[in-house]
Amino acid sequence: MRAALWIGALVVLLGLCVLAVAVGPVSLTLGEVRDGLTGVGDANAIAIVRAIRLPRLTLAIIVGAALGMAGGALQGSLRNALAEPYLLGVSGGAAVGAVLAFGAGVRDASTIPIFACLGGGASVAAVLLIARAAGGRADPRVLIMAGVIMGAFANALIMVVLANAPPNTVRGAVWWMMGSVADAGWPQIRWLAAYVVVGGTVLLLLARDIDVLALGEEPAAALGLDVDRSARRIYLASSLLAAATVAAAGLIGFVGLMVPHIVRAFGVRRHRAILAGAALVGAALLVAADLVARTAMPPAELPLGAVTALLGVPFFLLRIRRLA
Amino acid sequence: MIRFHEVSARYPRSAREALSDVSLTAAAGGLTAIVGPNGSGKTTLVRLLLRRLAASSGRIDVDGRPLETFDARQLARRVAIVPQRESAVFSLPVHEYVGLGRYPHEGPWRAATQRDTALVEQAMADAGVAELAGRDILALSGGEWQRARIARALAQGGDALVLDEPTTFLDVGHEMGMFELFATLARGGRAVLVISHQLNLVARFASAMVLLHEGRVVAAGAPQALMQATTLERVYQWPLVVTRDPAVGAPTLLPLRGRRHSSGAHPENTPERSP
Repeated sequence: MRAALWIGALVVLLGLCVLAVAVGPVSLTLGEVRDGLTGVGDANAIAIVRAIRLPRLTLAIIVGAALGMAGGALQGSLRNALAEPYLLGVSGGAAVGAVLAFGAGVRDASTIPIFACLGGGASVAAVLLIARAAGGRADPRVLIMAGVIMGAFANALIMVVLANAPPNTVRGAVWWMMGSVADAGWPQIRWLAAYVVVGGTVLLLLARDIDVLALGEEPAAALGLDVDRSARRIYLASSLLAAATVAAAGLIGFVGLMVPHIVRAFGVRRHRAILAGAALVGAALLVAADLVARTAMPPAELPLGAVTALLGVPFFLLRIRRLA
Repeated sequence: MIRFHEVSARYPRSAREALSDVSLTAAAGGLTAIVGPNGSGKTTLVRLLLRRLAASSGRIDVDGRPLETFDARQLARRVAIVPQRESAVFSLPVHEYVGLGRYPHEGPWRAATQRDTALVEQAMADAGVAELAGRDILALSGGEWQRARIARALAQGGDALVLDEPTTFLDVGHEMGMFELFATLARGGRAVLVISHQLNLVARFASAMVLLHEGRVVAAGAPQALMQATTLERVYQWPLVVTRDPAVGAPTLLPLRGRRHSSGAHPENTPERSP
């Protein structure tokens, strides 16, 4: 039963991947997709697949997996079914870090994520402090409110920085604010993958701690968990995942919110499995969302973050109703 | 064995000491009960053991070793604590929840062994939740949830068990069942420390009682010695009598109806006394 679920999720992801490579302004047949992947056959198809669609698909997979895992880890460790990097302001803080680094002349795909991570880390610390000052760490809605406020502040900062930046130095405000996997390039993907592997491995190793933290601080302490140290590590690893995605693809919200719920809806309960499932489902969700972004209103392309928000906001409203 | 020696503690940004010079011992093989009014410092004792709060002076020993020398998991393998409040947020089957009691024995690469599974099953049977093993913890009644939490602490093992108001929400039958279980565990050699508001109940089961009031120990000893009307009246600020239960012979507190015990502050409020 459990194995069938995993295989099913993999099959869905693979199907979406094939679709993502085949569908676009130039539609490819399955044979042309195969040519593109193997590098033998139709030169046009090979060019389209290798230079455009495959990098874009790969970026969507990694970003979706990272956002799904970050959401799963944050929801569990904060005991908050609404938590996710975007709504907690982590992504916003990361975007500020990335934009500031860019403005200061940093161009290296390997170092921008570090600045993004610093921004994301500062943001999550600020959000936790704001929520504590408001007396409501225990109320999930107060934490989200603090996160949304932080996100708005981050957006304003990005606007200010970008307003002063010469045109073409950055890919434009909309790219950062609404997210996109359109500019995918292999060097950038390799660095993103490295950060995501590190952050994801750390979270998988801490998965049992998340199971315990999900019980609350006092029960977790009673079970011998060093609560503060463990929580810090989990927030940091989640921030690293979210920040790396922001540096590579801008702000993409609500994936981290929806994905863990989808995984738990299939009866997955332990966080090691929730995180692995969230990586799989997150990748599938983002590949599907990007497919919609590219094909819903041709020739225009929708911002990817807008597509995920259109899905995510109704989802959020349903969840918050259940909390009330 | 857990021993508090002249322990004082204060919460951050609080002017008042939550505990002042508290000394008490939860001996191996005994059921020690901590009683006292709301705000008397009972739960602060648990916070100190959980190390969510540091003592400002004095020392706490576990098995003769200072508390601060233990690492967190090592301590959790010796002392199992059921904190006062806990609310579940995510769905989890009861057996998985009780299985989290084995967390301090796990390592990052160590899966649950047959022994873990056996201990978890034994703990569920002892706490009376075996038949709930597959139920979702979010769907439990208050009493079932309380028993599941105690099962988790039992699965944790160790030679000391600390319970903060463990029988809140339990009906008479389950409450008695729990205290019988605590007494059995104590007879088996564990040090059991129970914080409770139910004086009559603990007086029947405890080998020793400690009465806290405003952060200080005002009385300690065998239930017979501690259950004195004058002391309890002063501490609880309510007129009461202590009788001997005709059926079981245990000292039994009976609060009287009427006005608040005055302690001389309101001379018109002379408490009524029954013969």
